[in-house]
Amino acid sequence: MARQQKSRINDFVLKIANVNGTGSASANSLLMKTVFRMGIPVSGKNFFPSNIQGLPTWYEIRVSKDGYLARSGSVDIMVAMNAQTYARDLQEVAPGGVLLYDSTWPRDRLLSRADIEVIGVPLARMCNERFANARTRILMKNMAYVGVLAALLELDRDVIVELIKETFARKPALIESNQQAIDLGLDYAREHLECPLPQRVKALNKTTGHIMIDGNTAAALGCVYAGATVGAWYPITPSTSLMDAFKSFCERYRKDPQTGERKYCVVQAEDELAAIGIVLGATWSGARAFTPTSGPGLSLMSEFLGFAYFTELPAVLFDVQRVGPSTGMPTRTQQADLLAAAYASHGDTKHVLLFPRDPHECFELAVTAFDLADRLQTPVIVLSDLDIGMNDWLCPELDWDPAYQPDRGKVLSAADLETAKSFHRYVDVHGDGIPQRTLPGVHPRGAYFVRGSGHNQYGGYTEDSEEYREVVDRLSKKWQTAAKLVPEPVIRRSRKGAAVGVIAVGSCDAAIEEALDRLAAKGIHADYCRIRAFPFGKKVRQFLEQHEHVFVVEQNRDAQLKTLLLAETQHSPARLQSILHYGGLPMDHRCVTEALEQHAARGVAA
Amino acid sequence: MTSIAKPKIVHQGLRRNALGLTVRDYEGGMSTLCAGCGHDSITAAIVQAFFELDIAPHSVAKMSGIGCSSKTPAYFLSASHGFNSVHGRMPSIATGASAANRELYLLGVSGDGDSLSIGLGQFMHALRRNLDMVYIIENNGVYGLTKGQFSASADVGSEAKRGEVNQQPPIDPVQMALALGGSFVARSFSGDKEQLVPLIKAGVRHRGFALIDVLSPCVTFNDHEGSTKSYAHAREFNHPAIHADFVPPAAEIKASYEEGDVLPVELHDGSRVLLRKVAMGYDASNRGAAIEYIRARQRDGEVVTGLLYIDEKTGLDLHGINGTVSVPLARLPYEELCPGRDALLALQKRFR
Repeated sequence: MARQQKSRINDFVLKIANVNGTGSASANSLLMKTVFRMGIPVSGKNFFPSNIQGLPTWYEIRVSKDGYLARSGSVDIMVAMNAQTYARDLQEVAPGGVLLYDSTWPRDRLLSRADIEVIGVPLARMCNERFANARTRILMKNMAYVGVLAALLELDRDVIVELIKETFARKPALIESNQQAIDLGLDYAREHLECPLPQRVKALNKTTGHIMIDGNTAAALGCVYAGATVGAWYPITPSTSLMDAFKSFCERYRKDPQTGERKYCVVQAEDELAAIGIVLGATWSGARAFTPTSGPGLSLMSEFLGFAYFTELPAVLFDVQRVGPSTGMPTRTQQADLLAAAYASHGDTKHVLLFPRDPHECFELAVTAFDLADRLQTPVIVLSDLDIGMNDWLCPELDWDPAYQPDRGKVLSAADLETAKSFHRYVDVHGDGIPQRTLPGVHPRGAYFVRGSGHNQYGGYTEDSEEYREVVDRLSKKWQTAAKLVPEPVIRRSRKGAAVGVIAVGSCDAAIEEALDRLAAKGIHADYCRIRAFPFGKKVRQFLEQHEHVFVVEQNRDAQLKTLLLAETQHSPARLQSILHYGGLPMDHRCVTEALEQHAARGVAA
Repeated sequence: MTSIAKPKIVHQGLRRNALGLTVRDYEGGMSTLCAGCGHDSITAAIVQAFFELDIAPHSVAKMSGIGCSSKTPAYFLSASHGFNSVHGRMPSIATGASAANRELYLLGVSGDGDSLSIGLGQFMHALRRNLDMVYIIENNGVYGLTKGQFSASADVGSEAKRGEVNQQPPIDPVQMALALGGSFVARSFSGDKEQLVPLIKAGVRHRGFALIDVLSPCVTFNDHEGSTKSYAHAREFNHPAIHADFVPPAAEIKASYEEGDVLPVELHDGSRVLLRKVAMGYDASNRGAAIEYIRARQRDGEVVTGLLYIDEKTGLDLHGINGTVSVPLARLPYEELCPGRDALLALQKRFR
């Protein structure tokens, strides 16, 4: 196909199809980081199988001068390195796009398209000729396509080389071979191909003050900065890297270089039932403690979550949501644990939830979670997801207020107890529904009994109706206090008097922001309320009241956020309309754009 | 029904320990268990052990799960913090408590249902972690609160009150603990306070997981003829293999023993356990031989009791493995935990 002339500088999607276990991750992250260091906003989404070696894997990089970080919904350049998926990869390229493949082996003639440009480069052959070791040949094939793309997209070779040097700083031998492989591809492309493509990059300065970080790493940093000392967990995708990161940060910041003594303790539990138990034992004893998990783990933790709610013990959980139920699709993303988390356990229970939209908020809300858990003496569940947790996101650099002090809530010290006339665990001393607590080992007067059995406000065992109700009614009062303390929603107002609203949580944000911009350009306006916490505060209720028609956007089949809104606000169901995205891949703007366009069209017709 | 407080009357003549406390200060609320329950004798042994060890009650954390046995922490050490967790999950709570505050004395009280059925996994993993705690199983072979079902420790051929005969092999926590590398494994009988009190004291001073399986007859559902966990059966088939005397640090060994009869084992705080062989040829430092001996006696229907295995030297406890600082994590000032703003800014170079 003749190449289209219209240039697409800094605005295209590059997708790499590969086989997992071949080391493509480092090549793909090198590509993305290069774009980032050239000052151009970029995002990367990894679509990987629940497998260690041999199955298809894709990496999608969106280059966006306007800073849109969600998927765009189409692919402009496909690097097809996997024969298994070649046919579907070819189909996915948008008309006018480009497909790059390894021409070492012949392709099926039937697999061709007239409306795209197909470029063959003998990547395997070149690497086989240059490198002797079999594993090196496989790895370097990936670096070679990075080299080809460097020529086609005009990526800065110096930036690539710098990144290679940083990545392999501890293995100098690898710097040389990786650089060779880059040049192999680069030289071939310059010699044999028409460079650059219309889809290419040009340096900007839009990433200054930004970083590329995944949500699990950021959340782990939040745990370190919040002063968490005990972590308990059972490995589960996609939350595993959170504890890995916490441990590695603690080894760096919390280990005495002389004695090797550690100021933290991570326990890999036998299951999630134990992981949450360890967290509760630790918070009861006065440490800040947390557990990262995902849907199946949250289910197992349900019994203890109800116990913690009723006995009023702090706990911080990170539920990095994946596709369920059961094993579901463990490497695919979803927001389908909302109801399970909000009401986890038997009996009357409600839990505080926080919804970060990106890694930056994973860091901030991790700290908030510990403060709220201590202040409210109750579990706080941070609902992240695989997209946020495991993909690198472009976000503003993390900052830290040196004046920050943890809010440990109403914990009575030895001095408090020494002067106190008496201490009763569940008495509402301040009228906010939050009682006072003590820690074991501090003072003889602080002793009390934690029990999941019915207890009265003095902490004593009871089966008396009045005494039981006194306690659970106070818990309701505490819930009202929680609604005032949790982070407020972020509201984007289009212009005064928009009758249409959009409500969402978490990782839907990037797609919605893009949709609203696109709609505004067409004269369709909507306000947007990004809820950041449950219980819903006053501002969420006001937003619902202020808008005639509200779209609730979420990534699950059953409209769980809408259910939660209806159950907790008594809002009219007729005024809420769902936009649901639940296939397991991160959402793009189209479902929102289309739904609001249709709504606007109906309005015009009426 | 609410709990029953025990009137506290301290007689002038009551002996006081090194902290100036009397044994009454180590008691708890009135027991609501059935009259004659073996568990109440264990409660009394716990009270005596902690009183004699001169341990401040508020530095003890009483941990339990669910069941008759798990109710007992309300009946001793009323000035201690108590944690009555969910069924079978006390070991995880204890793990967290120990992780956060390694100075707490952790005393876990569980039952055969709580530890050998619903909580078997947690029990074994706490043992595997060598968590620094005393873990007492009040073992009666039966579910009391749900009225008389067999538990996993019921012996083959043991008859339930309503006549049903158990045919599934029992899970023996002692043999399991030995097989899993337990560092302190003991068995006793609730009716033998002479034997039990020193075992509890040694367990408290042992660094690591001290399992004490205590045969504790259920008078209501498992004390009839045909039961292998009745008082009568326990008395007849109790086979003490080794007796442990507890000697506090710096105290003199007063009793006189024949040379070669007694093996002293020093515990980490300087106190000692004197192991006196009751049965000829029993060796409490040989894990394999201990299992063989217990199994051989079991074939004859006998229950071997005493401090059956102790290893004070080789194993590391949870904190030894983790390399935790000596100050309890819960007491570290925040300034020592937060790396600060400059570190955060420096760290982020790697994310650019």
